[in-house]
Amino acid sequence: MKKILLAAALGVFAAMPAFADNTITIGMTVSKTGPLNVDSVSQLRGSELWRDEVNAAGGIKVGNKHYKVRFVEYDDQSVGGRVQQLYTRLILQDKAQFLFGPYSSGLVATAAVISEQYGKIMLIGGGAEGKTYTLGNKYLFQCITRAGEYLSGAIAELKEHNPHAKIAFVYSDDPFSKAVVAAAKKAAVAAGFTVAMDESYPPSTTDFTAVINKVISSGADTFFGGGHYADGATLARQLHDQKAGMKWVSILVAPDSEKFKTLGAAADGITVPSQWEPQVKYKADFGPSVEQFTAEYVLKYKDLPDYHAASGYVVGLILQHAIEQAHSIDPEKVTAALNKTDAHTFFGQVKFATDPGHHGLQVAHQMVLAQWQMKDGKLVKQMVWPDAARTAAVVYPLP
Amino acid sequence: MLGLLASILDGVLIGAVYGLAGMGITLIWGVMDVVNLTHGAMIVAGMFGTYLLVSAAGIPVYATLPIVLVGGFLVGVPLYWIAVHRVIGQPPLMSLLSTFAVNLVLVGLGTAVWGTDLFNVPASLPGFSMGRYTFPGTHLMAAALTAVIAGVLYLFLYRTRIGKAVRAVSANREAAELVGIPTARVLAMAFGIGVALACVAGMLISTMFPFTVLSGDAYQLKSFLVTVLGGLGNPTGALVAGVALGLVEGLTTPFVPVSWTLVIEFVLFVVVLIAVPGGLMQLLRWRRS
Repeated sequence: MKKILLAAALGVFAAMPAFADNTITIGMTVSKTGPLNVDSVSQLRGSELWRDEVNAAGGIKVGNKHYKVRFVEYDDQSVGGRVQQLYTRLILQDKAQFLFGPYSSGLVATAAVISEQYGKIMLIGGGAEGKTYTLGNKYLFQCITRAGEYLSGAIAELKEHNPHAKIAFVYSDDPFSKAVVAAAKKAAVAAGFTVAMDESYPPSTTDFTAVINKVISSGADTFFGGGHYADGATLARQLHDQKAGMKWVSILVAPDSEKFKTLGAAADGITVPSQWEPQVKYKADFGPSVEQFTAEYVLKYKDLPDYHAASGYVVGLILQHAIEQAHSIDPEKVTAALNKTDAHTFFGQVKFATDPGHHGLQVAHQMVLAQWQMKDGKLVKQMVWPDAARTAAVVYPLP
Repeated sequence: MLGLLASILDGVLIGAVYGLAGMGITLIWGVMDVVNLTHGAMIVAGMFGTYLLVSAAGIPVYATLPIVLVGGFLVGVPLYWIAVHRVIGQPPLMSLLSTFAVNLVLVGLGTAVWGTDLFNVPASLPGFSMGRYTFPGTHLMAAALTAVIAGVLYLFLYRTRIGKAVRAVSANREAAELVGIPTARVLAMAFGIGVALACVAGMLISTMFPFTVLSGDAYQLKSFLVTVLGGLGNPTGALVAGVALGLVEGLTTPFVPVSWTLVIEFVLFVVVLIAVPGGLMQLLRWRRS
């Protein structure tokens, strides 16, 4: 009996290197529970689609070798405290060779401490705040537009319709939303708008009645704000219920989800800055086209992809591209390839800052601006900015 | 000035619903000295019950109230026998842990089924406007229904035989047993009523705001605040405290950033705990005497 057990144990040990030899292990945490669950799971779905397609095609090609992709993921419960613990585990116990970031700026900032400490490359598909990239990190790469650019499209389009808009900024007290609004306020003032109100709220806020009364009292005719899904959708519903009379409403993140249309009339006219939409017209130098990605996603998940799903896919695609360019999975060689990346994918252009003061910050990708509009009695999301992506004229002022 | 008035009125309307949620906790505390940490989960159960009845069964939103009320009671009674009955009379930590564990199980199950997606009950009623400020009809209806439910609860506790039995058990359980009141059944019923109140509060909140499986925590916190402000074990006090809390929110929000509202509320909470441990109703009794 002992001999059989010994043989079995030896067999297992003998098999392990073979498994590791042909596999790239990518570690990540996902907010499968907690308030970030909707967007984070969507991001994971995009990454899983990339993994499955790569594996179905034989794996990532490095010289004459093909590496299959394996994911190790844990639920971070949307809690920053869990992230550091889990990324340490991913690196030390699960031997992850590369990392994908968690969802949201706060969690990314926390995870980056660990990835940098162990010199692991981490690609970010859901952490737009730029501050993390000014801390001298060497292995962190942001694949999405930084927070400071989120509302630039809304400001540019609004200026066309109302050069003297009075804006109420009402936003979640979290790193991402604060970074978005800080940049948007500067841009709004530079554009000649008036900041009528500037107030943050705790991310757990469930009732905005008093805040909206304050917005009305401020004399604002434009609303910019929100944060993540739950608060953003609640704001939209209450702005409608309380007939706040805003001529323009831009809310972060929440209106991008297809579920936003369950708000009915409250969703009509809401604009959302988006990293990507299925209607964009980018040409891909490698990887799937916009149409292919959308069709494959719909086939797998029976749902239209949102920008979190697209960013989840693109982090995998960019890593694959860098490994193929580096002809190696050596972290330093892949880092060098990422530093040189200037890629055009279905997600748009991706290029990273390489100066030590902003290393890894996204410098090429551009946002689009979408608006929920009523068409034949149904709510549809239309692209209203920039002109290159426009599918409909913006509705202004709101009904 | 109009803005301040609108803010105060809105605060009072929503505060009444906080009061209703607080009544559930305070009733259970008053009768059996149990801090019910399943309260938030039960508020969420009321929200999802309403959502399912409206979206799947097509029942009009406000017609779901009696169903949610009865459903809450029918869930609450077995919950009492499962999680609470055995820890009655034990140190308070036991009931805290027991109800907290049930809360975790319920929230976990809810997350597994619905995720943390946001749900919206399509409720719409004509409201009324005061200048540029509009009071949604759903807020007015929620406050009106809260007043009706509070009145019915008062009549039940003070005018019916069973209600008197509940109060007797609350006042002195051993004496109530000595005069033949089946205390275990009364406790189960009181727990069921407390849960039913939480579910109805959840139902009314769902008509005003979208919600997720995790929304219960915020409302549970408000309920505890209301319970302490109103005086532990005093349902009328909870309602008064809910309205007072709404009033404080309405009065402060126009002048300070909203992120300070919770700080102010908890300062008030600590002041009341130290200065008037019996809550606002004790303050009223002192004035009268």
